[in-house]
Amino acid sequence: MLELYENALDVPEILSRWYRDEAQNNYGAYLPFVGTVRDEGGIEGLSFDIYEPMLERWFQRWQAQAKREGAVVKMAHSKGDVMVHESSYIAAVFSPKRRVALTLINAFVEEFKASAPIWKYDLKNGARIYAKERSTPIAGSGILGETP
Amino acid sequence: MVRIEFLGPIAKESVEMEATNLKEVANRLSDESEIKEWLQICAVAVNDTLVSSLDTPLKSGDRVSLLPPVCGG
Repeated sequence: MLELYENALDVPEILSRWYRDEAQNNYGAYLPFVGTVRDEGGIEGLSFDIYEPMLERWFQRWQAQAKREGAVVKMAHSKGDVMVHESSYIAAVFSPKRRVALTLINAFVEEFKASAPIWKYDLKNGARIYAKERSTPIAGSGILGETP
Repeated sequence: MVRIEFLGPIAKESVEMEATNLKEVANRLSDESEIKEWLQICAVAVNDTLVSSLDTPLKSGDRVSLLPPVCGG
């Protein structure tokens, strides 16, 4: 399940709904990761652009991987502005036993950071500034710059 | 015609051009000073699938997307 929202996530609603939705499915572990915007560097908040068609495909690959391990992966992310101390990201794994969930949530969040088609901007002094120095080129980037 | 889309922070409208492979797209885009620096750091997708070779063939109606460095979460 991939859920995209305008602005900040309603974390208690999402976490409790996912919990209820899976409560009868015999999973022994529910491992959510919640990403919250920190007050640092003088920002008022963060802002996000998402290329949804490729994010859907990216997420479907992870759903398939989780299914092979008997697990379920869920994700919620914000579009647009999310202010300091609000949350923009939730990833969660349900699995029969803890080890699969602990391993999968780590791999999922790391790969998410490195390759999910989402762009982050700092909101600062009324401007929306691409967080280029904190961003990661997707594997294989730069081929268009190879021409002589 | 193929359509070139510039995603995320690249401040550029989509363009259409004739091209039979990705190398031709690269050659055309390298002439445009406003996006030259992006070419070095962007990933490329054809019809929403990432590609890794300039020899990737293109046909009329294909969409080529440039994806700058990402940072979700």
